[in-house]
Amino acid sequence: MSEELLRLENLSIDYKVKDGYLSAVNDVNCVVNKGEVFAIVGESGCGKSTVAHSIMNLLPGGNEEISGKIIFKGKDLRECTRQEMEAIRGKEIGMIFQNPLDSLNPVYKVGDQMAEAILLDKVDKQEAWNRVIKLFKDVKMPDAEERVNSFPHELSGGMRQRVMIAMMLSRNPELLIADEPTTALDVTIEAQILQIMKELKDKFNTAIMLITHNFGLVAEIADKIGIMYAGEMIESGDVFEIFAHPTHPYTQLLMQALPSKTKAEGRLKTIDGSVPRITEKKPGCRFANRCPYAKEICFNENPEAVFVGEGHYCRCHMVGKEEK
Amino acid sequence: MEEKVMIKLDGLKKYFSISKGLLKKSTTFAKAVDDISLTINEGEIVGLVGESGSGKTTLARVILNLTKKTEGTVIIDGIDVSKASGEEMKKLRSEVAVVFQDPAANLNPRQTVESSIMRPMIIHGVPKEEARQKAKGVLEMVKMDQRYLDSYPHQLSGGQLQRIAIARALALNPRIMILDEPTSALDVSVQAQILNLLLDLQEQLNLTYLVITHDLNVIKYISDRIAVMYLGRLVEFGPTSEIANNAKHPYTRGLLDAAPVLDPNMRNRKKELMTGDPGSLIKIGPGCRFCDRCRYVTEECRTTMPEDTVVAPGHQVACFHPLED
Repeated sequence: MSEELLRLENLSIDYKVKDGYLSAVNDVNCVVNKGEVFAIVGESGCGKSTVAHSIMNLLPGGNEEISGKIIFKGKDLRECTRQEMEAIRGKEIGMIFQNPLDSLNPVYKVGDQMAEAILLDKVDKQEAWNRVIKLFKDVKMPDAEERVNSFPHELSGGMRQRVMIAMMLSRNPELLIADEPTTALDVTIEAQILQIMKELKDKFNTAIMLITHNFGLVAEIADKIGIMYAGEMIESGDVFEIFAHPTHPYTQLLMQALPSKTKAEGRLKTIDGSVPRITEKKPGCRFANRCPYAKEICFNENPEAVFVGEGHYCRCHMVGKEEK
Repeated sequence: MEEKVMIKLDGLKKYFSISKGLLKKSTTFAKAVDDISLTINEGEIVGLVGESGSGKTTLARVILNLTKKTEGTVIIDGIDVSKASGEEMKKLRSEVAVVFQDPAANLNPRQTVESSIMRPMIIHGVPKEEARQKAKGVLEMVKMDQRYLDSYPHQLSGGQLQRIAIARALALNPRIMILDEPTSALDVSVQAQILNLLLDLQEQLNLTYLVITHDLNVIKYISDRIAVMYLGRLVEFGPTSEIANNAKHPYTRGLLDAAPVLDPNMRNRKKELMTGDPGSLIKIGPGCRFCDRCRYVTEECRTTMPEDTVVAPGHQVACFHPLED
């Protein structure tokens, strides 16, 4: 039933730095199916945004080395020419960012900015304008007819993010990459934006790759989840399964660090230490220095992703051994 | 048991005037804090929650006397802030400490951690050697190694910086701490460390906290009582369990419903999503501030400001139509 849309195969991204290589992303594998929400979660610096940007070929360029495959609808995006990539961006893969103000031109009316993209389809101006208004209504913009004539600074944060979503929708992509789409918004607005994204998914069967640090969002909207730590996807699988039975020690600890109860029920779990800076390809699990269950093997060998259950993979030496 | 009141706000108002028109003649007011009364007892953690622009930070600044109030009284530890003498004011300054959201922004990038922590003590006339000893002491209290004393802010991570900010706040032995979004800039695992640290310190030193945040999960975790603000007004105030499980104000309920729940099985729960944006402080009518977004709005709400009514012990709500259970 589920048709594969995007597949990352052994994706690794290294940055050249003074003292060698900085391994920002290492051996990431994941599959996003049509109409599915895949959430990549992790703390700052874990490489989640780098993965998202590499799909769109938006990395700064110059000092990074990418290996592995990014297969979108059967085609490796890394082998696409610039022209081919331009045709894919927006039309087939849309992207929205954390701060919509960075993506909107401050001196053009938002309606005009959107019409520009629609005019690429060689429609006449009136038709384009009508489509803009329709899209504004699709994203539940209040007073859509008037708001098209607003400048970005006249809109609130939530409205700007709606403009971005509408803009993305105007090209009707099959995959939407949303990089922290609600982080800058208030909870009530966040809930509205989430609602819009859910409706998109149901109405247009758009697949969404959601990049976030917020487990709450994942619980609300995602079908699948991939947890990243220090550049590696240490666990991935069905969201219900992983919330109920996290297997990787990092996932387990992170879930317990989330404040979901009251202080009367006890202190939060914390993870000692800090994320290592991966400048050389050292053997061993990247979480080993903070892991309460670390054994000798964890420091010497990098664990492979092991199969835990249906579609559920985990990169840990301690997992899956005892069952087999 | 009679509890000691540490902070008492009575009818506190802060209006910012806005000049309009070519000659700047017509003046309107942004009522950032409008008629807020509440008390915070000793050793209590009160959480203040609201969306951006609801006046939470302005309220904190007015309490700290960093912004001059328009009307009302602020009494801290028995001293009326506006009538305090120079001597009393100095005492208050050492008694009330503050920690802001962005730790990197409130530490001097050119000074070492040690001199940043020592600075408030020097200003308050603590001898240098004693201040140095105390700096070591407070660093230990926030569970950081002594070697960081010689570090500069850019060498430290966000969590470490926030610990330094807390250490500096502790330097003058405060009894009250005002924490403005103390964990908003931090990652989940670091946030847990800072929250635990704050709770430990509060227990050890019997501190009184006013925690300002927009994160409902954090506020539910840390607070004894929760105050909810909407566009400058206090709409609901009560014990944490009452607010979390038995919210009476439609706004509080909407806020709680909007907050993502950390359980995918709950995603299809019944939610009352609020529509619209948190309005503007400038265009406000005479009635309830929430009337434009409220689904239970009646004519009365648009014309009259609801009074605070007590619905349960210690639980007050400003609404004409408090929600039924």
